Amino acid sequence: MTRADLARVIFEKVGLPKKEAQDIIEIIIDTIKDTLAEGESVKITGFGTFNVRKKTPRRGRNPQTGEDMEITARKVISFKASNILKEAVEKAESE
Amino acid sequence: MTRSELIEKVAERLDGFTLKQTEIIVETFFDSIKEALSKGEKVELRGFGNFRLKTRQPRKARNPKTGEAVDVPEKRVVYFKTGKELREKLNPHLK
Repeated sequence: MTRADLARVIFEKVGLPKKEAQDIIEIIIDTIKDTLAEGESVKITGFGTFNVRKKTPRRGRNPQTGEDMEITARKVISFKASNILKEAVEKAESE
Repeated sequence: MTRSELIEKVAERLDGFTLKQTEIIVETFFDSIKEALSKGEKVELRGFGNFRLKTRQPRKARNPKTGEAVDVPEKRVVYFKTGKELREKLNPHLK
């Protein structure tokens, strides 16, 4: 499923023209991205929570060359599915 | 940021939609992702990230209260992989 498929589903369920649905999808995604970029987590009841985690620098190794290198500090997103989402997918067939 | 704060922010960025209409669209957005995942479908939102299912092997666990051994069957869990654009937005120094 891609943005275009999502726009189609929103069109079918809500009757919103696809072009407008696509614009709104973009706004929803951008708003979530902007919030996460500020370091704030996003909690969607019934779906899940996106948390921003700070990783401290650590020693690593380039898997290709075997060379030692420093992995710099960075922020990563961790997504935790809500119980409702967990139950919805538990028995799904995998692709 | 919570679900209702997201709806408010999205509504602010939209022209000609009431809060209620925005709520229905945001809700449909997350419901559609959930439905796709529950059918074992992958959801790809370029620039944001991909949601897909991973398989957890069956395992034996213990009820922490009674100490009784229980079988946990194989199940699917949601896995979110952050997209390149979002990763770069979180870590401008790594670009």
